[in-house]
Amino acid sequence: MDITGNLSLVGYGLATIGPAIAVGLIFAAYINGVARQPEARPLLQPIAILGFALAEALAIFGLVLFFL
Amino acid sequence: MILAPAAQLPMSSGEEFTAPGAEIFWAPLIGEGDWAITEQMVWGGISVILISIALVMLTRNVSIVPSKSQFLFEGFYNFARNSIARDMIGSKHFLRFVPLLFSLFTLILVNNWFGVLPPVMNPTFGRIGFPIAATLVVYVVYHWVGFKRYGFSGYFGHMIPEGLPGWIKPIIFPLELITYFITRPLTLALRLFGNMFAGHILIVLFVSAAAYFLTQGVVFKVLAVPTFLMAAVMWMFEALIQALQAYVFTLLAASYIAGALAEDH
Repeated sequence: MDITGNLSLVGYGLATIGPAIAVGLIFAAYINGVARQPEARPLLQPIAILGFALAEALAIFGLVLFFL
Repeated sequence: MILAPAAQLPMSSGEEFTAPGAEIFWAPLIGEGDWAITEQMVWGGISVILISIALVMLTRNVSIVPSKSQFLFEGFYNFARNSIARDMIGSKHFLRFVPLLFSLFTLILVNNWFGVLPPVMNPTFGRIGFPIAATLVVYVVYHWVGFKRYGFSGYFGHMIPEGLPGWIKPIIFPLELITYFITRPLTLALRLFGNMFAGHILIVLFVSAAAYFLTQGVVFKVLAVPTFLMAAVMWMFEALIQALQAYVFTLLAASYIAGALAEDH
């Protein structure tokens, strides 16, 4: 069986591990915060989403480098 | 309208399976090459017409005691107005950015959901031109309000966070310049594009793989069932991601505007 494709795909797969862990940690902290203090939820939600977006930016840079 | 992905589905047992790639997004309707009118452009236009009609219908007969549809629409509007614009920009300046943020949110949400709605099944923002256009609007707006508020040199000075020791400012300044002028628009556009692109490819991959399994032997025909189920799961996951990405895009646009306006960081 022939395997065709690009090795940079594997590289991009590895590169997503970091942001994946980061996103997991951010939402774990968010869930912890809401569990301890449910009324803080509207305050925490945009912060969690912003942090998620910033961590995800690293994966997006990886995607750009894959296309280069 | 979904001729391009459908044409790729293997129909007979002799065919090799080819995984869907970036070419499934290339769907020209009229013309060819760089100036072709693509399916996504048509759906983008239709989405604007649909949104306009829906919003005019919903706001035509507004009353103090809201009807059911008015109540639902007010909830949707208040989400963009209060949870995104007011919470990010602050109650002093947010009101003049509500039209922009609400239009962005509605447009991106409807166009993203086109990616999972059966007659369309094609996320408009999966073509890089659309996220770039939406980002360009946000880019011009947040720099414009920043320059207008702080003046030309004042805005550049405003980029450096307050309270830093003097020796570190020359190091921070280029980093902040890169953040404001390159990183922010780049990630804003590519986040939306990447999510729509990857999500759509994933759905097409599962569906085309299941269709390919159906043309093969008995074992593969059985395998097609979980593959179709997985496609359905991915479909629902995509609907969630698409709503989330519309929210994230608008939230980040609001936070960039807030960053350009803020008194201090």
